[in-house]
Amino acid sequence: MVKPGTLILTVAARLLLPLQLLFSLFLLLRGHDEPGGGFIAGLVAAGAFALYLFAFGLRAMQAMLKVSPRDLIGMGLLLGVLSTVPAWWVGDPFFTAQWWTIPIIDFKASTPLIFDIGVYLVVLGSVLTAISALIKTDHENQPDPEEATWNP
Amino acid sequence: MQLAVLMGFLLAAVAPLLHHWFGGHTARVIAAYPALVAVWLLGLAPEILAGETLLLEWAWVPGLDISLTFFIDGLSWLFAMLITVIGAMVLVYAGEYLRGHRDLARFLVIITAFMMSMLGLVLADNLVTLFVFWELTSITSYLLIGFNHTDPEARKSALQGLFVTAGGGLALLAGFAMLGVAGDSWSLVELNAQGEALREHALYAPLLVCVLLGAFTKSAQFPFHFWLPNAMAAPTPVSAYLHSATMVKAGVYLLARLHPSLGGTELWVITLSLVGALTMATGAFLAIQHTNIKKLLAYSTVMALGTLTMLLGIGTDGALTAFVVFLLAHSLYKGALFMVAGILDHETGTKDVTAMGGLRSLMPRTAVVAAVAAVSLAGLPPLLGFLGKELMFKAVLEAEAWRWLILLLAFTAAFLTLAVAAVVVLRPFAGKRRETPNTPHDPPGDMLVGPALLAGLSLIFGLAPGLLDGLVSVTASGIGASEVSAHLTLWHGVNLPLILSLASLALGILVFRHWDGVRSALGRLEPLMARGPEACYEGMMRGLVTVAEWQTRMLQNGYIRNYLVMTLLVLLGLVGHALFFRHSPSFPFSLDAYFHEVVTAGLMVAGAVTACVMRSRLAAVAAVGIMGFSIALTFVLFSAPDLAITQLLVETLTVILLVLVLFRLPRFATLSTTMERLRDLVVACLVGTMVTLLMLSVLGGERLPRISDYMVENSQPLGHGHNIVNVILVDFRALDTLGEMFVLALAAIGVHAMMRFHAEEYDAKPSAPSERYDG
Amino acid sequence: MEPLMAVTIGILFATAIYMMLRRSIVKLVIGLMLLSNAANLLIFVTAGLTRGAPPLVPPGMSAPEGAVADPLPQALVLTAIVIAFGVLSFAVVLVRRAWEIVRADDLDKMKDTDT
Repeated sequence: MVKPGTLILTVAARLLLPLQLLFSLFLLLRGHDEPGGGFIAGLVAAGAFALYLFAFGLRAMQAMLKVSPRDLIGMGLLLGVLSTVPAWWVGDPFFTAQWWTIPIIDFKASTPLIFDIGVYLVVLGSVLTAISALIKTDHENQPDPEEATWNP
Repeated sequence: MQLAVLMGFLLAAVAPLLHHWFGGHTARVIAAYPALVAVWLLGLAPEILAGETLLLEWAWVPGLDISLTFFIDGLSWLFAMLITVIGAMVLVYAGEYLRGHRDLARFLVIITAFMMSMLGLVLADNLVTLFVFWELTSITSYLLIGFNHTDPEARKSALQGLFVTAGGGLALLAGFAMLGVAGDSWSLVELNAQGEALREHALYAPLLVCVLLGAFTKSAQFPFHFWLPNAMAAPTPVSAYLHSATMVKAGVYLLARLHPSLGGTELWVITLSLVGALTMATGAFLAIQHTNIKKLLAYSTVMALGTLTMLLGIGTDGALTAFVVFLLAHSLYKGALFMVAGILDHETGTKDVTAMGGLRSLMPRTAVVAAVAAVSLAGLPPLLGFLGKELMFKAVLEAEAWRWLILLLAFTAAFLTLAVAAVVVLRPFAGKRRETPNTPHDPPGDMLVGPALLAGLSLIFGLAPGLLDGLVSVTASGIGASEVSAHLTLWHGVNLPLILSLASLALGILVFRHWDGVRSALGRLEPLMARGPEACYEGMMRGLVTVAEWQTRMLQNGYIRNYLVMTLLVLLGLVGHALFFRHSPSFPFSLDAYFHEVVTAGLMVAGAVTACVMRSRLAAVAAVGIMGFSIALTFVLFSAPDLAITQLLVETLTVILLVLVLFRLPRFATLSTTMERLRDLVVACLVGTMVTLLMLSVLGGERLPRISDYMVENSQPLGHGHNIVNVILVDFRALDTLGEMFVLALAAIGVHAMMRFHAEEYDAKPSAPSERYDG
Repeated sequence: MEPLMAVTIGILFATAIYMMLRRSIVKLVIGLMLLSNAANLLIFVTAGLTRGAPPLVPPGMSAPEGAVADPLPQALVLTAIVIAFGVLSFAVVLVRRAWEIVRADDLDKMKDTDT
């Protein structure tokens, strides 16, 4: 159903994707102090990739993303779980937040931030998994020649 | 020590990798680990023997009063030593026994995990932690019994073991909960310090019953003994380790552990000594009927577990001394005998003792080991088993309740066990040579070193029991309230226990002589056996299936709307009843709304209603979208910027998703009759009205102080964040968020699974295009 | 405002239930969406509505001045929105698959397909 290649869409997607991704990172990092955070940023990023997907098709998006969306989910969960470990290490109760300041750039690193990045990745991965699944069933149902040429 | 256990679990996880690297030597490599732990434990021996208790604190979930704190006293130390030492030997043995088995790696994973669970169980100080390890041993035991998973009998036995022990585990959990409430602590050390108060607590009887159920099922006490012989479907190393030396002793361990806090009452003494004595006699009696060497040993294990329980029930200083000695003796000789049984099975290709004979000349070294272990089992001098039995008789003579009945049962068990010991060693090794499926010879060293060491220890401790004085005194004092100082000697002089021993020796030899006759005589009792506890279990399982089928037919008729209507009507009834009859609701109606807010609410309603009446799918989706965006607007209006953004983004993605799906589907058709639609409308309106009334009464009711005030105050000082909502999500309630992440991931995996299923089905057709991920 | 919202939410619930009782599986999914939105709104409104005071701590301060909207239900609803989306995507894919196999949008026709 999604015919890649409408001119306005492709141009817009190409231009918007980096902006949207930057914006999502911005939302992610400022989330602790202003509206934003992992959930929202993840959704924004997912929207960006979805737009790219509609413009250039599934394979292009997968090539763009480099990893499978499922691996994003896995990485996200891993980060979420890993963020519980530092507290254990210093002897605090499970999941106690730990804060470190990285000296030169004066950046506040913390386990909540790691956790939030985990949330970001899980949300992004889940949404993309669902959308690619649906697009894929579409292609398989309607093997038209144009899309069939994508296959290896 | 906690780290040792956790590292052990890690080792279990990487066992397949090790198997990949070391191949046939993996078992030996892994065995080094428990051996190391054992050496470390040995280093603690001076402190333990001096009567000290080591408390290794480690907070886990302090908010719920759950800790990973371990404590090591004599009892824990003894158990931990048994677990690690026998564990190391069993691993070495298993490496040879299962050499070349395609699932050897899996076996090593599970047995190492079991070993660590068991270690955690005997070291844990916290009831919850103990319970977690307890269940872990049940699960690993299940996996090990069913190790030969292609054998239906093994699968059935595994499930049976799991149901019985996990069922008991549930009772135990209830018991622990009551114990925690009654003692106002989850720490065993603290609970044991307030035994007096616990025994007089109103919950004492129910909690004791629950704890006993848990312990009895785990330790295969009558009438739950039937699962243990069936568990012999497991590979022999498992039987040697789990089902004789360690796991089945977990129940006994728990009883010993709780003896200071719960023991000594009339209920405790009578239940434990009677159940124990009955188990003893039942075990010995059933053992003598079998010709399968593993079953013989399994039933004699049941007998031994009964003995231990009985000794705990009697609870005098002498009985507790006997408990420790018998525990140690049994672990040593039974571990060795099981491994010998495995060797016999491995070498001859049969488990039937009547089919073997005259093997002593073919496998002389095995014969020596078997003989030493069996003499200990028989309770003959100069082995540790003799000491255990003498002390047991002495303790029984001290019993306060039902002394003569217990003595009779114990005596029966003793002479039958002697006969069993004779059968196990004399049948295969002595007499005339019989042809067996394979021609046996002594096994490789790996398989013999374990049993030889265990049998050797039986002999050394038997000859020089003074070596154990310290350990036995410390352990027995830990279990009992008063100080016990044991002085073990092999020769007690001529006294009543010795006379009983001699009598049981004579009777035992008699039974062995006429074993074939005894067996066929007992075979006539078969119909009676068919109505035993195992038949009850079978009946119960069948009944469960029948009831499940019946209620599934009744409740699940396959129409989702019937379920929904049913659920909703019940909900309406219950909530409505609570709302109007239990409270007298007041419905405030002050309308301080601005015009734009009213319009937003109106848009929501309009969107929702339009979605219902539209015949075109796209229009319906658009209408839902309108509603969603109005909700986002509401979030904006009422100070929830994060929610507004999230809602907007989700709405957008939802529309994409729906459009992707819906336009392949046909137009809505009118499927229901007008009557049906009217009925649904009535139900829907009733639910809607109830929700409104409920909300109004909640809004009009008394407001409790907000629990989030703490979070508002501390968001910046503690959480270092200015967005309170985000701080709650990633810091204050991060655990909840983690759970939600998993839910989301699961939904995505579900989506992916459906997609994969489709793709594979599609791949089957030739010429179909298929796509795969590159990365 | 809360009483008005209570009525609104009641209507949303009613529409959601009505749609979930339809035989069409697509309508069921739409009902599901309505229901999750209604439930989110219910949690949000029940905690009380506050105008113009988002739960943010102003820069340089350690606690907000005066009362702010209750952040806890907001945090709950935020995750609920995203999870509802996850569940919806699952349901939607399920509908797709069901349609491919059964070629019907009728739940009653699907009843016998699993036997």
